[in-house]
Amino acid sequence: MSFWEFANPVRFNRLATRTLPWLAGATALCLGIGLIWGFFFTPDDYQQGSTVKIIYIHVPSAMMAINAWFMMFATSLVWLIRRHHVSALAARAAAPIGAVMTLIALFTGAIWGQPMWGTYWEWDPRLTSFMVLFIFYLGYIALWEAIEDPDKAADLTAVLCMVGSVFAALSRWAVQFWNQGLHQGASLSLDKEENVADVFYFPLLVCLAGFVLLFVTLVVLRTRTEIRARRAMALMQREGEHSA
Amino acid sequence: MNAYSALLRRELTLALRSGGGAGLGLAFFLIVIMLIPFGVGPETPTLGLIAPGVLWVAALLACLLSLDRLFQQDAEDGTLDILALSPVPMEGLVMVKTLGHWLTTGVPLVIAAPVLGLTLNLAGPAYPWLVAALLVGTPALSALGAIGAALTVGVRRGGLLLSILVLPLYIPTLIFGAQVVSLAAKGLDPGIAMMLLTGTSLFAVAVSPFASAAALRVHLS
Repeated sequence: MSFWEFANPVRFNRLATRTLPWLAGATALCLGIGLIWGFFFTPDDYQQGSTVKIIYIHVPSAMMAINAWFMMFATSLVWLIRRHHVSALAARAAAPIGAVMTLIALFTGAIWGQPMWGTYWEWDPRLTSFMVLFIFYLGYIALWEAIEDPDKAADLTAVLCMVGSVFAALSRWAVQFWNQGLHQGASLSLDKEENVADVFYFPLLVCLAGFVLLFVTLVVLRTRTEIRARRAMALMQREGEHSA
Repeated sequence: MNAYSALLRRELTLALRSGGGAGLGLAFFLIVIMLIPFGVGPETPTLGLIAPGVLWVAALLACLLSLDRLFQQDAEDGTLDILALSPVPMEGLVMVKTLGHWLTTGVPLVIAAPVLGLTLNLAGPAYPWLVAALLVGTPALSALGAIGAALTVGVRRGGLLLSILVLPLYIPTLIFGAQVVSLAAKGLDPGIAMMLLTGTSLFAVAVSPFASAAALRVHLS
């Protein structure tokens, strides 16, 4: 029993159908516990008041926004090397989820930033790189939509994902250089991991687990849908050939 | 070598003949720069402050404008299939086409930029750096643009898609390029920014032929 067995779409779908209820249940459990614990059973921060609680959505979504791209990079690479269709479809399935996670991170950050920094938006390196990441997601999704032939689309988006990964990373460092050039290192961004006390830390861990599970659930679900859509397309083509 | 020079000659001839659009990028550059004072106001200190960034953004957009000509026409009339059969490898083909694009779009921008900088009241010490930064940076714009053009070559009316794919790739080049000019305009030493710009540009020029050729092969298969 090797991992590559699930490159077979039928096996993958069978596994997906069997595990999805468990994944969804675990997601609901973790998110439920984490968010309720975090929102209602942790004290207000002495400086930030109750706005600190947005951390339970902001940090996990930001983490998934980046990791979704890593996942797309890995699955695109697998598609380019081993030509497993499931892999390419999983990359396609992950992109909109990653884009939404990026948006959630940006919006929750803006909502938190207004009372804390006195502004919804600051051209801080972190914020700017997330906006750049969002644009990379948009381009990737748009390219998938634009090309009709599914294998060609998979190839081209994989190339874009490779090039995009390199340039997204490069932009991250370039943006840091750019802002320090303006602000002389005066950054508003908090390094959150270091500031978090244990009371906030444990519910945050549960929320992180919940977001990871949510991402996995959605990717598996959407990949199954993509596989079924491809199957339906193939059947329709065969039908067309018969009647012709 | 003969094949390469023939290819380059073909690219330049096509771009320079009427309808080739070599002048369009330059005209666009001119118009964008002319529009800026209308939008921002005629106060010369403000214009001088934003001039480095505006010049770079305008150059970037002018470059973007002519990218869809890079492979699209050749793909539509079948020239690309013939070129793929020639002894020149696909990577070499992309390099020559990128070079042709740079010579007809990037170089005119480099030459026009100082003059337009004058109209925006760019500070004195920034001029040599503006020319140097554009000279080093515009090849990256053409090279990264080639990747986008190759990815969208099979897409009908892919111009908008092309810009969505290419503009985020331009961010590092734009940041470093504009930093060089604005540091020089403030009288600071732009050496580090210049080195980073050169590095980014060399990297883009090195990566582009392989990525673009891979995309073109997918299109031709």
